[in-house]
Amino acid sequence: MPVTDVTHDLDTRTLTITADFAAPVARIWQVYADPRQLEKVWGPPTYPATVVDHALEPGGRVTYYMTGPDGEKFAGYWEISTVDEPRSFAFADGFADEDFTPNPELPVSQNVYTFTEHDGGTRATYTSTYETAEGLQQVLDMGVIEGATSAINQIDVLLAP
Amino acid sequence: MNGDDEDRADALFHALADRTRRDILRRVLAGEHSVSALAEKYDMSFAAVQKHVAVLENAGLLTKRRSGREQLASGDVAAVRSVSSLLTELEQVWRGRIARIDELIALDSTKED
Repeated sequence: MPVTDVTHDLDTRTLTITADFAAPVARIWQVYADPRQLEKVWGPPTYPATVVDHALEPGGRVTYYMTGPDGEKFAGYWEISTVDEPRSFAFADGFADEDFTPNPELPVSQNVYTFTEHDGGTRATYTSTYETAEGLQQVLDMGVIEGATSAINQIDVLLAP
Repeated sequence: MNGDDEDRADALFHALADRTRRDILRRVLAGEHSVSALAEKYDMSFAAVQKHVAVLENAGLLTKRRSGREQLASGDVAAVRSVSSLLTELEQVWRGRIARIDELIALDSTKED
């Protein structure tokens, strides 16, 4: 598994994941710079993603939707704040209506992705921050029903002494 | 796991094992809905939707309150979740994405061979 480190910061509701990939930084950057590659990695196989708009530049927007097994679409958007190709980019990730108008009732996460050379490959650091625990929960509740991991986690709670 | 917990687990999995109920849950987690507003979303009778709502309620996933003649339903997964378990779930989403990036770049070297 390429994941080398995971940090949960409960106070700031931030998840940081570090992964090492056996490919140059420019190759990993390409995954995000090419909408056809991005959609291959963004959604799980049961909820494939389709990237519609893709402007990976400061002030630009990336829009996407994920299609569920029943054909229902869940739309989302990235609002890109900074881009330092091929080293890092930062964006807000939120939910949208089907026409990609941001849905202000649903939480937005702040994300920073950085890529640095490491042992001939790339060390990628992904940071996602949610403003409130409720927001984080809401996002997971929506996404989680898709994957049923919620049920599994709740079983863990049931099993806990 | 004692008998009560086994019963809760049964109720939980039973509740989530149905497509309509998962859809209802997704809606009520995003905000409170009246049962009649929910019923309009599905091609089934009010009684059938009401039954689905009752199954979710029995599993502890949804709570109902009365407001005049309306029954209002909202999602209640919060009771059993901590910030820590939430971040763990988010981590799983991320691990999935990272595994897919790894698979994608592995295809590069296959093509070169």
